[in-house]
Formats: sequence, C-alpha cells, structure tokens
Amino acid sequence: MRVAPAAPAAPAATSPPRLLGAYFVTGVLFGIVLTKGELVSWFRIEEALRFKGPYLYLVFASALAVAAPGFALLDRRRARAFTGEAISLPPKVLGRGVRYIAGGAIFGVGWGILGVCPGPLFALVGAGVGGGVMVVACLAAVAGTWTYGYLRPRLPH
Amino acid sequence: MIEELLHRPWPWYVTGPLVGLVAVGLLVIGNKPFGVSSSLRHLCAAFAPGDVAYFRYDWRGVGLWNLAFIVGVVVGGFVGGVLLANLHPIAITPAAQASLTTLGIHDFAGLVPRELFSWRVLSTLKGFVMIVGGGFLIGFGTAYAGGCTSGHGITGLADLQLPSLITVLSFFAAGAAASFLLLPFLVPR
Repeated sequence: MRVAPAAPAAPAATSPPRLLGAYFVTGVLFGIVLTKGELVSWFRIEEALRFKGPYLYLVFASALAVAAPGFALLDRRRARAFTGEAISLPPKVLGRGVRYIAGGAIFGVGWGILGVCPGPLFALVGAGVGGGVMVVACLAAVAGTWTYGYLRPRLPH
Repeated sequence: MIEELLHRPWPWYVTGPLVGLVAVGLLVIGNKPFGVSSSLRHLCAAFAPGDVAYFRYDWRGVGLWNLAFIVGVVVGGFVGGVLLANLHPIAITPAAQASLTTLGIHDFAGLVPRELFSWRVLSTLKGFVMIVGGGFLIGFGTAYAGGCTSGHGITGLADLQLPSLITVLSFFAAGAAASFLLLPFLVPR
C-alpha cells in the first residue's frame, strides 16, 4: 500500500520555510505535555536519576511504543509529508562513536546537576520558575553549544 | 470540578504517547526530525556565528522550523506551568522524597525546588555552578553528541539507531552519577 507520490520533493534547505505556524502549534502542544506531564519537574528527573521511581522510564517506554511503530509505518508506506517531501530520517553516522559517549556523558552531568534537559529548559522559561532564573541556564546552554562549535575541529569524534 | 481537572497533572500513560505523537507529527507535517537541542545551534548560527564553520549554514532554511517549535514550547510552558499549574506538591514516590530530603530539599511545591532556583541562589558559588555550569554542560554535551533526550532518546531510539542507544546509555549513566556524587555538594545548606 504505497501512497501515491504528490508534488516533487522540494530541495530541503533552500526552499523558504513553510508551515511555520504548524511547527509553532506543535511546539505549544509539546510544551503543555512537558509541563502537565511533569517532565519539566526537577523532582521527577532526580527521582528517575536516583532510581527511586519508574515515572520517567514509563514515559520514555510509552513514547517509544507510539513513535517506533509510527516511524516504521511512515517508512513502509513511503509516506510524504504535508509539504510534499518524502519522509525519511537521516541515519546517524556511528564513526568511532566517541562523540556519542563523551557528548552523552557531558550532557548527562549537566542534566544530573540541573535536573533539566533542553526541552524542559525552554518550557521552564515560559513557566517563569524561580523569578525567571531559567533564562540564565538557557543562555548558558547556548554558550555551551557555541563553545562546542568553536572547539569542534580539535575534539575527537 | 472542571477547574480541579484542568490543574491535575497527567499520568505517564497520557504523557508518553503524546510525546511519541509529537515526534510522528513533525515528520508528517514537514519531514522534520523531533529534537530540541539543535535549536541551540540555530540560535548560535542566527545571532553569533562568529568565524566558526559549525555555525556557517543557512539557518533559516534548515532551522527556522525548529526555532518556531521552541518558541511554541516556551508558550506551552506558560500555558501548562502557569495557567494550568498543578496546585498541589508533586506526588513523587516516598523513596524519592526521602532521598531528596536527605539532600536538603524540603519544599516539594512547584516545578522546581524554590530552595535551588532563585536569583539569590544563582549569586552563590554553588548556585552558579549548578545553574550556569549545568546549563553550559547541557549545551556543550548535546551539541557534541548531536542530540538530547528528544533527538536521541525519542527520535533516534524509535528509529532504532545504534548511536542514539549509545548516547542514551551514556547520559543516563552520567546523569545518575552526577545526581548521586555532585548534586549533594551543590544544594545550599
């Protein structure tokens, strides 16, 4: 059961961005899910990282239980997006794998001491916690990414 | 009654599947891979690319959708965290509560502990290390690994990518280690 090809695929990066409103609305929904589902909660994250409760692990498992078959179905049907593009996820290159172990570990340390990962970081800025102090953490994260970009040629990947 | 229902936190079996649907939805809308940390790179590329090759690309073409998405997340955080805020202290497990109390946390109201997140705490050395240091490591590490809890943890794992599995195991192990070994030194006493 193949979906009939729609319009020819647009060149990904050069076409003017379309459906920005749809991404914004999806972001609003995700922000609500993050806060109402307590994924932005420092308490929930530290509960999971200290192995004192299953909540976060159940969220991950049930998210994957929806996303994995969803992705497989889109792939098998060679579905096209609303924009007409063929749906495909670019494979991540393993290489020597250093970047995944080291990058993951560095991120993990930040996650453990701040109790917040990037999605919740933005949602907590919106929620205005701590009198808006999360803005500082957010700017620090941008600075961290910038520093990585600057050091990138000298880092093992 | 309705009021009470709107403010109640959502259980995992509602939250998790909705996160999965967001990832599927972004693919269906415009073949976009669900991920948040790439927005940090686009912000650098848009505002401070400097002379760095990593930030020299067409950020509008590649990343404007992602920036629209995270602006939405900020707005959603206001809706879910302020307008529909949970009015009661969070119901973490008694074991978690005991563990965090030992750390020095006594106030379980709100989304983050008041005792840790304030401008006053930020002005202390411990608070600075936690908030600025933690944020910096998150930005550095996710860029290095090419994704975070969403890009690797959901999108990559759901797509059965080995690099994502490696990253997820690495950040969970490091996160647990940091929570047990470093966090006790950063909570103000």
